[in-house]
Amino acid sequence: MSYLVGDNMTGGYGAADILHGCNIIAEKGEIAVIVGPNGAGKSTAMKAIFGMLNIHTGSILLDGENITSLSPQARVAKGMAFVPQTSNVFPTMSVEENLEMGAFLRRDDISKTMDEVFDLFPILKDKRSQNAGELSGGQRQQVAVGRALMTQPKVLMLDEPTAGVSPIVMDELFDNIIEVARTGITILMVEQNARQALNIADKGYVMVQGRNKFTDTGQVLLNNPEVRKSFLGG
Amino acid sequence: MEDLLNAFFLMSNFVFVPAIAYGSQLALGAVGVTLVYGILRFSNFAHGDIMAFGTMVVILFTWLFQSYGINLGPLPTAILALPFGIIATAIFLLGSDKFVYKFYREKKAIPVTYLIASVGIMFVLNGIVRFIIGPNDQRFADGERFIIKAKAMKQYLGTAEGVSIKVSQGLTVITAVIVVMALFWFLNKTRTGKSMRAFSDNEDLALLSGISPDKVVSVTWILVAILATIAGTLYGLDKSFKPFTYFMLLLPIFASAIVGGLGNPLGAIAGGFVIAFSEIMITYPYKKFVAYIVPGDWKPDGLVQLLATDYKFAVSFIILVLVLLFKPTGIFAGKSV
Amino acid sequence: MTLNRNILYFTIMALLLLGVGLFQSWNVSLSILNLCLISAIMALGVNIQWGYAGLFNVGIMGFAALGGLAAVLVAMPPIEGAWDKGGWGALGGLLLAVISIALAVFTYKKMKIGKYRTISIVAICIIGFFLSRYIFGPATHAIESINPAKSGYLGGLGLPIVISWPIGGLFAGIAAWVIGKITLGLRSDYLAIATLGISEIIIAVLKHEDWMTRGVKNVIGMPRPVPYEVNLQTTEWFLDMSNWFGTDPVGFSSIFVKICYAGLFIVMLLIVLWLSETALKSPWGRMMRAIRDNEVSANAMGKNVTKRHLQVFVLGSVVVGIAGAMLTTLDGQLTPTSYQPLRFTFLIWIMVIVGGSGNNWGAILGGFVIWFFWIEAEPLGLLLMNVITSGMSEDSGLRLHLINSAAHMRLMTMGIILLLVLRFSPRGLLPEKS
Repeated sequence: MSYLVGDNMTGGYGAADILHGCNIIAEKGEIAVIVGPNGAGKSTAMKAIFGMLNIHTGSILLDGENITSLSPQARVAKGMAFVPQTSNVFPTMSVEENLEMGAFLRRDDISKTMDEVFDLFPILKDKRSQNAGELSGGQRQQVAVGRALMTQPKVLMLDEPTAGVSPIVMDELFDNIIEVARTGITILMVEQNARQALNIADKGYVMVQGRNKFTDTGQVLLNNPEVRKSFLGG
Repeated sequence: MEDLLNAFFLMSNFVFVPAIAYGSQLALGAVGVTLVYGILRFSNFAHGDIMAFGTMVVILFTWLFQSYGINLGPLPTAILALPFGIIATAIFLLGSDKFVYKFYREKKAIPVTYLIASVGIMFVLNGIVRFIIGPNDQRFADGERFIIKAKAMKQYLGTAEGVSIKVSQGLTVITAVIVVMALFWFLNKTRTGKSMRAFSDNEDLALLSGISPDKVVSVTWILVAILATIAGTLYGLDKSFKPFTYFMLLLPIFASAIVGGLGNPLGAIAGGFVIAFSEIMITYPYKKFVAYIVPGDWKPDGLVQLLATDYKFAVSFIILVLVLLFKPTGIFAGKSV
Repeated sequence: MTLNRNILYFTIMALLLLGVGLFQSWNVSLSILNLCLISAIMALGVNIQWGYAGLFNVGIMGFAALGGLAAVLVAMPPIEGAWDKGGWGALGGLLLAVISIALAVFTYKKMKIGKYRTISIVAICIIGFFLSRYIFGPATHAIESINPAKSGYLGGLGLPIVISWPIGGLFAGIAAWVIGKITLGLRSDYLAIATLGISEIIIAVLKHEDWMTRGVKNVIGMPRPVPYEVNLQTTEWFLDMSNWFGTDPVGFSSIFVKICYAGLFIVMLLIVLWLSETALKSPWGRMMRAIRDNEVSANAMGKNVTKRHLQVFVLGSVVVGIAGAMLTTLDGQLTPTSYQPLRFTFLIWIMVIVGGSGNNWGAILGGFVIWFFWIEAEPLGLLLMNVITSGMSEDSGLRLHLINSAAHMRLMTMGIILLLVLRFSPRGLLPEKS
């Protein structure tokens, strides 16, 4: 049984469905990446897995448990963490307070986890008392990922973490994500920068119009001529 | 030299001391408005009447204590009655949230719906207060009246002018400082306080972090009850209690909150003092003051008053308009337009 | 369906008024009717702003008061010598103030951003302020010193009072334009707070600018658009008519006067209603509602939302100003202290919300229903309190307090009605046609 399963998901925000029988599966400690053209329903698929929209068919399983009917908050308690694409920090709170808020539900000592986050993103340690809203785009993304890690999640979901950051920062972020995955956390992310993302992906999903078009390991997809032609620009 | 000293005492007595006291009262009111705006995201038109309601309960308990002969010596008995006023107001606000605002929150209604609902609450409060205590002026200050008397000071220093500081003014400033410090400690150091700031900053992310909106909202209303009751009581001790005056405080309070940047408590405090000082300085007749600082034969004939006291609300309004025109987010950037 | 509901509700309303006429008195019934009509026009004005465009105006009282001011300025006879003594000075002072504000705005727009611009604007404002005060102050003193007990103000133009109705609308429209220019385009809360402020200031002006309005001394005995009772009582055809009805001419004269007012007001209501309905059904009205329902997409489609909002805000305020002038006409006097925000601003809001936002017929119905209950709640509340306290002894303090405070119950009742309608029937009695 796979660790995180979004099985045959069909649904959307309003009357019209955006997802049509979409499947997403990720194993423990694996990096799964969803790519595809604009409007393909990538973010929607991720939000469906996190419970931010209702699916009328299909189910979501976490570690074998059916969590389809749980609210996003309840899924956080179950060990899922989500990093939205935009406004993903508390701008007038310090970096440290942002991380504390991430650990809001925890009652144990959070200082160890915070040290781990600071080890992963050393720059944040220097800026710990600065307000998150005053940081650069890349640093803000680090705060956002750090905040999500504070819950000690088993699954970390990232919605386009590299949107709007420079290529250097993007490489850095991908390195950080690999590091996180090595600690045994399952990563599911949606990416615009398909080539770079598939490069680090254990599993890649190419979505078109709310359906799975290709599913394979990142390397195979990168070498697939059809995927290259249609989605990776040659 | 002595003239300059007299001029300074005159200004202190009629401008600085009253403005600091009034500014503290406005600041406490504006912080309440700004908290509601930051957390619940609407301008609470019932705030003036919430202040009146809390003060009314304080007055009733003050009278009760007075009838038992309980008092605080030189300090007003109202201080003893404050906790009762706060509790009653908190119960009312939590009830109004449960029966009115919660419904719209769950429906994710647009802000103006809350605004109209707050008008409804305002009417209800208005009715309750006028029904129980009546629409007229009530005085409930007891104990000593002055910390420093101008007359005693004049005799002691041998100057023509002196400064008097009323107990209510001293009490206002001390209480305001304590309350504001406690509030900032709460918001910056406690888990619940931080979760409120997080909620105000980014509601969706706060929910994703497991912060419970109901708890945040309840705590906000309790804070509003504390701030509004204290602000109202201090204002009533300093001036007098009249329900309609409290309703009219809405304009300077909103002006303070907007000048400071809606949703920003620190800004609300600064805004309170900006409004209070402007209001008093612009409506103060400087005739005597000018007479002290210019040579004898230049004495002015008129009052040397920029604006008649009748138009003190215009001062709040003009400052409000200037801020809206040039910096709608306020001096300390609050929530944007 | 909706038509039936319209007819049903308005029939009930008519029956209620008839009931008051039959059981209380026709005089009371007609007084209520006249104020219902004026309230309905005010509610129509607010409905234009709120129902068509979603604008929350909390300054209705101020715009109505401007209408009242227009009534004084248009209809009162000019005070002899006042213009020579200080009228031109007062006007000149005001004009100077307006010119310096215009100059400051002009400088703000034309000069480059920087230190010099700031200095120039501040200098223009300060010089303008003192210069206009220098001219204005003595002039108004001169006016106020003319026989202060009886006049002490400029008086008006001595024109028929009906002319003041459109003039009142004009005044309110100008005030609305200024406020709208400043706050529209910002958050909806800011418009609410700014209108609350301007209305308080307008009332303060009315209360304290004695040279213009006699302030708290009130302007009384304003000319009427309808005959006077005493004149009627000596007129032949009126006495004949009174005889024909078999009534006492004194009582009938006051009823007759009220009917005349009602006739005028109904004509006015129909004109405003017709214009509102035409506007609502025009492409302009459809666009307004489209903007209201989705401001973002309307903006994206290239509609200038702020400009449209300004139009609708001014139009609605004009209607409120007209109604304000009509109210002062009916009262026959301007009493600045009678302008209370709960009565003039928030009550009108309740009318619009209860009646049905977005529906002109709803606004009219709301105006009738709420005004009716506002008036009738007082005797009903008193009756209720008398029943409740009937078991208590005659001189019980609680009993006296309850009976004396019964009048305040209606505030609470209005609040509860507003909250209930907002929650359970947010579209009101007569919902907007979709």
